[in-house]
Amino acid sequence: MERRTIFPGWKLPAALVLPQLALTVVFFLWPAGQAIWSSLTQADPFGIRTQFVGLDNFTDLFADPLYLDSIARSVFFSAAVAALSMGVALALAVAADREISFRGAYRVLLVWPYAIAPAMAAVLWILLLHPQIGLVGRWLNGIGVAWDYKLNGAQAMLVVILASAWKQISYNFIFFLAGLQSIPRGVIEAARMDGAKGFFRFRTVVLPLLMPTVFFLLVVNLVYASFDTFGTIQALTGGGPGKATETLVVKVYRDGVVNLDVGSSSAQSVVLMLGVIALTALQFRFLGRRSDSG
Amino acid sequence: MKRRTMLAGVAASAAASAVAPAARAQADKTKIVFWHAMTGANGEEINRIARDFNAAQAAVELEPVFKGSYPETLTAAIAAWRAGQAPHVVQVFEVGTGSMLAAGPAVKQVWQLIQETGAKIDPNAYLPAVRGYYSLADGRLASAPLNSSTPVMWYNKNAFETAGLDPEKPPQTWQEFVIAARVLKEKWASKGQDQVASTSAWLTWVQLETYSAIHNVPYATKADGFGGLDAELKLNGPAQVKHLQRLLDMAKEGTFKYAGRDGAPDPLFYTGQAAIGFGSSSGRADIVRNAKFKWAAAVLPYDPEVAQGPSELDTLIDSVDVDTLSLRETFAFLKKLKTADRRPGPVNSIIGGASLWTMTAPNRTPAEYKAVAGFLEFIGRPDQVALYHQHTGYVPVTQAGYELSKQQGYYEKTPGADVAIKSLTRGTVTENSKGLRLGRLPEIRNIIYEEVEKALQGQQGAQQALDSAVTRGNVVLRAFEKSVKS
Amino acid sequence: MIEHTRQRMIEHTRQRMIEHTRRRMNGRTDWAAHLVLCLGALLFLLPIWLVLVGATLEPAAIARGEFSLIPRLQGLGVYASVLTEGSPGAGPVWRMLLVSAGMALAIACGKIVISVLSAYAVAFFRFPFRMAAFWVIFITLMLPVEVRIIPTYTVMSDLGLINTFPGLTVPLIASATATLLFRQVFLAVPDELVEAARMDGAGPWRFLRDILLPVSAANIAALFVILFVYGWNQYLWPLLVATDPKLDTIVIGIVKMIGTETQTEWNRVMATAVLALVPPVGVVILMQRWFVKGLTEGDK
Repeated sequence: MERRTIFPGWKLPAALVLPQLALTVVFFLWPAGQAIWSSLTQADPFGIRTQFVGLDNFTDLFADPLYLDSIARSVFFSAAVAALSMGVALALAVAADREISFRGAYRVLLVWPYAIAPAMAAVLWILLLHPQIGLVGRWLNGIGVAWDYKLNGAQAMLVVILASAWKQISYNFIFFLAGLQSIPRGVIEAARMDGAKGFFRFRTVVLPLLMPTVFFLLVVNLVYASFDTFGTIQALTGGGPGKATETLVVKVYRDGVVNLDVGSSSAQSVVLMLGVIALTALQFRFLGRRSDSG
Repeated sequence: MKRRTMLAGVAASAAASAVAPAARAQADKTKIVFWHAMTGANGEEINRIARDFNAAQAAVELEPVFKGSYPETLTAAIAAWRAGQAPHVVQVFEVGTGSMLAAGPAVKQVWQLIQETGAKIDPNAYLPAVRGYYSLADGRLASAPLNSSTPVMWYNKNAFETAGLDPEKPPQTWQEFVIAARVLKEKWASKGQDQVASTSAWLTWVQLETYSAIHNVPYATKADGFGGLDAELKLNGPAQVKHLQRLLDMAKEGTFKYAGRDGAPDPLFYTGQAAIGFGSSSGRADIVRNAKFKWAAAVLPYDPEVAQGPSELDTLIDSVDVDTLSLRETFAFLKKLKTADRRPGPVNSIIGGASLWTMTAPNRTPAEYKAVAGFLEFIGRPDQVALYHQHTGYVPVTQAGYELSKQQGYYEKTPGADVAIKSLTRGTVTENSKGLRLGRLPEIRNIIYEEVEKALQGQQGAQQALDSAVTRGNVVLRAFEKSVKS
Repeated sequence: MIEHTRQRMIEHTRQRMIEHTRRRMNGRTDWAAHLVLCLGALLFLLPIWLVLVGATLEPAAIARGEFSLIPRLQGLGVYASVLTEGSPGAGPVWRMLLVSAGMALAIACGKIVISVLSAYAVAFFRFPFRMAAFWVIFITLMLPVEVRIIPTYTVMSDLGLINTFPGLTVPLIASATATLLFRQVFLAVPDELVEAARMDGAGPWRFLRDILLPVSAANIAALFVILFVYGWNQYLWPLLVATDPKLDTIVIGIVKMIGTETQTEWNRVMATAVLALVPPVGVVILMQRWFVKGLTEGDK
């Protein structure tokens, strides 16, 4: 969509976009270029000796079974977080979409957790699940479940998934609710008159109409789970035990900041960038489609 | 106009001379920044040192800044150097020594500092086990030792009594240890919730690095890395594998608890949850402050079938000048000799802790380096070494500091405080007990933690865990070698 | 102008009619829905309650796992204590709250200002390389802080911005999302409105100030909430760029308090967590109506 009416001149608008452009170039494009350059070099931690090594960092990366494990782990983690948080949020949104009493209160209660920081979510979940001090953790140990996510990789994965998904429910809830409310009541009413009931009606009539929202949220949640969960994981498990909860972002941080292996971590950054670009492209193809249909 | 400027100048100088001399001295002082990684009681001790140093002289103002854990402090210092804002002095843990030695222009090694500023720091004043870790191959001192500790075994005497064990006779060999842990589990740990017979902080340092050293088995080739950058890890030898397997088995039967990496398990001991806690001798300050029970320290247990050092018998003979003994004493001594263990014993343990590195920055002045030299001289003074040792549980890093502590009667007042020194000076230093000189050792420690954690989950045995740790660790060593050589 | 108002009135009436019909159709109380919503609310309230209670308990009791569900009133002093004194490994909370608030406000306001300006330029002007500029801004969408963290750090250290407040905030201010949103909003402003303003002789600045900003006030408010929360919750970037304890944000402070080697004082951690939650949650609840609207409309 293009506007017909515009103001003349080009100096003013150029000045207006300048701050945004300058920030973008300095903090996005330049670093991206740096990342690509560093990914082709190997340097000591102090950056005193730098050597061009071509694609060595990338071949090393993909020859490393631990990196491939880390990719698989991240995919599993992201899928689980997206599925769990979207599932719960959808159930809540369907319930909140009804004309019931205390509707407003429920909404406030379900929307506020949007403000919780990922790292803060971790603190709350430690209090629940920590084997020694957590309420649920102690109870589990009390009834004979050997619960110790600091030692058991599967349990650690479960904990970071729960905490990460929990934090994202509010966001998904807001979008699902908006999506549900934009479905014309007439459509649902017609389905009801045709005799479609309960879940069947939801699946055959509501869900298809909600698909644009579902797809949009899927991409957003995958990006969230891939990147924004760093704080949660770092505070809960630090990527351990072993490498049980080391996702790609945790690994970039650890190799780059803790182990000071700039070459390898830059190569990992480049790989991640390509991943995000792919996801964004996907989202925009879809968004384009959605605006066509709407 | 000109006159006004002159007038203003006169006014300003008048105002300046009116300022109190103390305030002016403040402004003239050379300010130096010291990044450290000490928390709790040990962190307060750093502040004490800074206060004393600032009070002891008028030229320099030292500001200590806590920068997080050891790895975080090192990372921050490297990042700061790259940004041209390195602190003047940074505390780097012993395993970061390899990386710092390769730091070239980023650091000014102690010998260089002595050359440039004429600082009075005598490398030979330091204990051999300490000096060795922080020196170049030719003996030139690279960094200034501050806090050196060594692994010890803390044990809860009340728990020993409850379990019917002799609180004055902690287990000496690993075989005895396993038995004691079982007794503790049955007769003490089972009585309270969350109680466990034993735990170990710094698992990699205590149970692998130091275990290898005191049994004189190599941790890496090339004399544990002192002989060259191309050293390879050897920590998957039969002795280490057997020891790790023993810990895994104990964890399974519930007589040993792995409670996390690095210092995370420390609280388990001083809150009374674990009857035996392996940890750094520097944990003393926190234990004194927190423990509500009787406790003591002992040297690490060893495996007689692996050990190659002097036996108990040898040590006993060496400890006594027979000519000075009375007849009755000689008789008692002979009786002791008869029961003494003849099997080989352990050699010296290796140090942990940290040393102080002088860092460079683009705009750093000679006066600042001089100030740093003054600070390093200060912390090496016998009275300061003794004070620091007695306040913290770190060992006295200089011979003079140790002698002073003896003179002051410190070891009579606090029995057991010299366990760490005894442990560091057992036998003669071998090439396997000098310490480790490997690049990116913190990362290698993390790899070992990961593999051990996998083994503790039952995913692999000790052999496999250490094998993969060696394979993965060697990759890191090669990457370090490449990055430093290029 | 009149046309616009009339359209809005029609829209409003239509909404009212829909609401009315809907209410009639679902007149019965729906117990299943109540159950689901109560469980959902509990899912969020229970952990918060635990933290509120935990803050007042004795640290030793928490460490032993003696966790009661009733707050201990004499333990409330912990809030004052963490606010002013700080804890091992972290400074006083008031300072960290200040840093967080400063950071969140700087990021939210900075993003809104530069995004409004650039969106205004893109939507209402024609200038050379307009689309090129737009695409350069757009690309930033694809590079979250997390993936470019190491190189951005290198750049910051080249610029000498490590351990400074600008270093903490400026790199996070560039925002494609906000620019896209405002462009969308501005494009939806009816051409008649622009035409009328020009007839009145309003220049570009007056048009922006007197017409465009008031019209999009709701969007700005919504975006403010989102960006404030975004800024407040930053973790990885401040962790990396500000190693100076004086620049610790509250989120960093909490993770540091858990991570110290000495025994974690859980009551202090929890009190800090509560204090850390108050500002962003307050902002979200106070501005909830706008915020939900802004969030869902923004991404269309």
